[in-house]
Amino acid sequence: MMRTDGAPLSIQEYEQQGGYQGLRKAFQFNPEEITQMVKDAELQGRGGAGFSTGTKWSFVPMGKSAPETKYLIVNGDEMEPGTFKDRLLLEGNPHQMLEGIIISAYAIQASEAVIFLRWAYKMSANRLARAISEAEQAGYIGKNILNSGFNIKVSIHTSVGRYMCGEETGLLSALEGKRSLPRAKPPFPQISGLFGKPSIVNNVETLCCVPHIMDKGPNWFKGLSNGDGGGTKLYGASGNVRNPGIYELPLGTPLNELIEVHAGGMIDGYQFRAALPGGASTDFLTTEHLEVKMDFKSVSACGSRLGTGTIIVLDDRTCPVGFVHNLEHFFAQESCGWCTPCREGLPWVEKILKSIEDGEGQQEDLGVLQEHTVGLGPGMTFCALAPGAMAPLKSALKYFKTDFEAHIQQKRCTYKNN
Amino acid sequence: MATITVDGRNFDVGSDKNLLETLLWLGFDLPYFCWHPSLGSVGSCRQCAVKKIQGENGDRSQLVMACMEPTIDGMEVSIQDKQASEFRANVIEWLMLNHPHDCPVCDEGGECHLQDMTVMTGHAYRRSRFKKRTHLNQDLGPCINHEMNRCIQCYRCVRFYNDYAGGDDLQVFSAHDNVYFGRHQDGTLESEFSGNLVEVCPTGVFTDKTLKSHYTRKWDLTSAPSVCHHCSLGCNILAGERYGSLRRILNRYNPEVNGYFICDRGRFGYDFVNAEDRILVPRERDRSEVILESSPIIASLKTALASGEVKGVGSPRASLESNFALRELVGSDNFYNGMSGGESELVQLALDFLSNGPVKSTSLTEIEHCDAVIVIGEDLTNTAPMMDLALNQSVRVQPLEQLGQVGIPEWNDAAAREYLQNQKGPLYLLMPQPSKLSRIATKSFRRGIPELIRLLSEITGLLDPSNGPTKVQQPASGSPNAAREADETVKEIAAALATAKRPLVIAGTSMGSLPLMQAAINIAIALHRKNENTRVSFVFPECNTAGAAMMEEKSLPAGQLSGTAPHTLIVLENDLYRRGTPNQIDEFINRFKQVLVLDHSETPTTARADLVLASGTFAEADGSLVNHEGRVQRFIQVQAADELVLESWRWILKLGKLVDNQKLTAYSEFDHLVDAIEQGCVQFAGIARTSLPADYRVHGQRLTRAPHRYSGRTSMFANHSVSEPRPPQDQDSPFSFTMEGHPGIPPESATSHYWSPGWNSVQSITKFRSEISRGRQQSDPGVRLIEPSGKAYLEYLKLAQTHDHQWQLVPLHHIFGSEEMSIKSPAIAARSPEPKITLNSAQAEEHGIKAGSTLAIIIDDQETALPVQLDADWPTDHIGITAGLPGLPYMEGNSIVQLKPPGNEN
Repeated sequence: MMRTDGAPLSIQEYEQQGGYQGLRKAFQFNPEEITQMVKDAELQGRGGAGFSTGTKWSFVPMGKSAPETKYLIVNGDEMEPGTFKDRLLLEGNPHQMLEGIIISAYAIQASEAVIFLRWAYKMSANRLARAISEAEQAGYIGKNILNSGFNIKVSIHTSVGRYMCGEETGLLSALEGKRSLPRAKPPFPQISGLFGKPSIVNNVETLCCVPHIMDKGPNWFKGLSNGDGGGTKLYGASGNVRNPGIYELPLGTPLNELIEVHAGGMIDGYQFRAALPGGASTDFLTTEHLEVKMDFKSVSACGSRLGTGTIIVLDDRTCPVGFVHNLEHFFAQESCGWCTPCREGLPWVEKILKSIEDGEGQQEDLGVLQEHTVGLGPGMTFCALAPGAMAPLKSALKYFKTDFEAHIQQKRCTYKNN
Repeated sequence: MATITVDGRNFDVGSDKNLLETLLWLGFDLPYFCWHPSLGSVGSCRQCAVKKIQGENGDRSQLVMACMEPTIDGMEVSIQDKQASEFRANVIEWLMLNHPHDCPVCDEGGECHLQDMTVMTGHAYRRSRFKKRTHLNQDLGPCINHEMNRCIQCYRCVRFYNDYAGGDDLQVFSAHDNVYFGRHQDGTLESEFSGNLVEVCPTGVFTDKTLKSHYTRKWDLTSAPSVCHHCSLGCNILAGERYGSLRRILNRYNPEVNGYFICDRGRFGYDFVNAEDRILVPRERDRSEVILESSPIIASLKTALASGEVKGVGSPRASLESNFALRELVGSDNFYNGMSGGESELVQLALDFLSNGPVKSTSLTEIEHCDAVIVIGEDLTNTAPMMDLALNQSVRVQPLEQLGQVGIPEWNDAAAREYLQNQKGPLYLLMPQPSKLSRIATKSFRRGIPELIRLLSEITGLLDPSNGPTKVQQPASGSPNAAREADETVKEIAAALATAKRPLVIAGTSMGSLPLMQAAINIAIALHRKNENTRVSFVFPECNTAGAAMMEEKSLPAGQLSGTAPHTLIVLENDLYRRGTPNQIDEFINRFKQVLVLDHSETPTTARADLVLASGTFAEADGSLVNHEGRVQRFIQVQAADELVLESWRWILKLGKLVDNQKLTAYSEFDHLVDAIEQGCVQFAGIARTSLPADYRVHGQRLTRAPHRYSGRTSMFANHSVSEPRPPQDQDSPFSFTMEGHPGIPPESATSHYWSPGWNSVQSITKFRSEISRGRQQSDPGVRLIEPSGKAYLEYLKLAQTHDHQWQLVPLHHIFGSEEMSIKSPAIAARSPEPKITLNSAQAEEHGIKAGSTLAIIIDDQETALPVQLDADWPTDHIGITAGLPGLPYMEGNSIVQLKPPGNEN
């Protein structure tokens, strides 16, 4: 449901396409039933973790003893390098997400929703602000929505622009006006989230699925998928492919179909070498993985993660060391500085990679890099930033070891002339 | 209870702590940085990683941060696990990427937690070949030195400064490996507790600038357990000396008094010991050195004593032993406690209530656990600073109770603060002046003293309608709105106190108002009838106010000495000109034929003396002090004094011998005096338990003041001679002045320096603290001398009349400056305020007084002129005047203040 000219759907256009029908249906159910339907639809979080959305909601305290204030937070801080799917949804059809917000807020009985946007998404912010005011006038947002007795306030918060703000708890800290530091779990945000109140943080794309589950039913949604989990997925492709962009396809569409059919294959003169399947913080998949179904479970089985599902393709003429160095530069800069391994380890990794790329690498460097892929791994650091940063490095050391060694032995980048 | 397995051995432990604290308690060496026993866990440094063994054959084992793990029954962990050990070494390697390799010249070196932890993990070889990041340092004022390059980003400084101590001008800036801890710009750190950064920082980012100004290696400090002399709270300190000058003060952990922290006055106020105005030689009026044995003054003292014509004035800033010795010399009829009449009356009332009333006085750390507090007429930040810090914790007591319902343990500090947000439990401030505590108070209710008394009586009436005192029928001043606000506040306070589990009433002497203290006592009585967990706390002006008042009821007899003029006046460590106006004191002193003064520093009183005996300060003397709650604590001599400087009590013993005083002749050591007090003064029973007797030995050896790492076995006079003469011998305590003696960890109550194998910094305290470490307790909590008998105060007190002076004086005390001795320290003087007069804005306008103008006033019979500051919330008819700073006139709450009529410039 998007216009071809890039303008957003107005509320009338959205309603003509069946918009806000899901919301009307939602109010026929009680909140717990909606959560169950989302569970049954097997909707998995589209922010990258792929956790069952319905299950996540079910941890929110409900009933009379629950705190009066609860929050639904939309994570629109799309800062993952190579990822631009949420932007498309925000700019092209803001009402779809608003409908998802209202239904989801109803499901967890949140009284307030906050849309947290990446600092650069100014067009999204403008279009959302207009959509919110349209929805308010139409009675979809505000008090006693559609005579359901349910109230919701929706506001927009534009970030100052840190990668950490995309981390669930870092986002909450930032919303409170504090440094964007992650928080330890437990307690989970469902118990103590924004301002210490029960909160759900959902990705933009996740919420955009919710109206359709309501409108057409969980089974319909589940049936859209071609793999593990329900629904369609926005896949993206960037790199030297013929048609870089975003494509909505059944969840579980194979990697080779994505690249060869939808992205149009490689540009002439370039060979596919590997791809990060879901943003900068996922492990490389190589030619041996081209058959893999792009769903959370199948990609994990290949030692990577589906992540955001936006593929970055590495070709045979691009230096993998330089490629990884570029990513690690980003991660080192975006470390919040809270925990030691991430704050100190990432800059070291970055310096080593630069040194290798500049022809100043030493044989011991590979050992130090390898150690970091363990020491900055899951559980060692406070949040997932550093483990994410290690994913491309670890897989690069595995698949492109000869490139690293050649750099060190020849004391130069082997992809550059002379 | 829980049973846990650590590297294959089973241990029975409590389950209320995190795993790190549990492992430290068990005696394991596990390195850490971001955790602190008072600050809890946040899990940022990743240093305390251990392997948590899970799954069949341990196949689901994983590294966890011990500080973030609850201690759970049946859990199995490994500290020695290879992956865990390697990871801990990796963390140090990461921290060392940017930490300067300047240990040999770093002023933290040798007492650095980072050094200790680095050694503990075994990391030794630098693999990185890249440059280190550097920072610019800031000028943080006269107390704290800033060296950001050393920072390892543990975040403890900001967590202590902001979260724990309520400051807001130390922050964390920037991100990733450029994180910076400092102020938004250069400038003095504003917190009254900034000095604790020196100990909270695990390395040398924040160091003691006063120590730096006369630096010595920390292992070359000779230290002794001592007690702070700069207010009535009696915080425990470690004082360190080298080559005869006092170099620094550290906090000494006391679980019932000051815990892990002290205030900046206590930490940086020590330089009076090294000041130019120290009296180092006994002298006569003409400043010639005196030989007591041949002095005619002593000869006539002897005659006068025989005929009972000697008056002895004790002191609330001198030790119990010195006061006692003087009383023994002159006889109790001729001994006075050295306070002014007004002050003494208030202190006696407070002490009488604490001993004979129903309500228990609270220790400082107990305040942290009280869940509703009313503060009456005391600007605690300035008169009892550590109470401010304690109240910062007590306001969290009620909110913390909510943590249970969501299963967040209290030690999980970040999660607890997140869940509770800024919720604060009840804290009410009732005083005329503004208070820094208002930032955490439920309400700061600023009214004049007569109205406060009326409102307090109403609160009492609401708490106990059947028996409460009859409502004081006085019209509320001001508008109907103000009256309504007062009415609502009274109800709110009464409700908050009545529903609390452990309510606390804090009052004190600083307003000098008897009816205000009586009204506070009435509230305590009414509350106690409802709830026997009610506590009360009185703030006194000086370090041994309670001790001097318990020793003797009679106050300074300035106006009362009539009839025959006595012959000799002996003044003990007391500047009488701080107890009365110059005319009053001159008149008093002039009546005597000769005046003897014992003191360590020059004062206007020593200038009037015919004979001055050079006393030791707390650093050169042993003694006992009774703090605000009635807890007696011993301070141990730190440094050997100059030959002619003696403890005041020792001078008096010497005088006693010269005049053939039978009692005093029997005493020659400190312990003799302690025993005499123990046996002779029932109110001080228990004093002998406050510390180890002088003949205490471990395996036949003395305890040591110098650590075993001291450079040179007995080289304590190496600045004078390298021949190592025989060190001075201490008859009064079991400590040697050198490193000679028991080389191990001393018994409880006698720790002179922090050390445990592998732990050289103050963090080694976690190896001792009873709650953390089994078996040993770091410090002696002292002995509480006063417990409530409940015999009296069965009825409410009838309130005395407030005085009807035109102006009610509000003495404005300041943490930096109002205390007599600490102001002599340059670091304290630099932070002291400009003296000023404060008036209500509207009332000042009526009098034609403008802000910033200089106003001439007369306090009793003293003229002074100070700049004026106006305050719209200041109560009318009240005049605030900066108190206690050098050059300011003597004043008390009931002093008569007049505005000097204009046109009388001459």
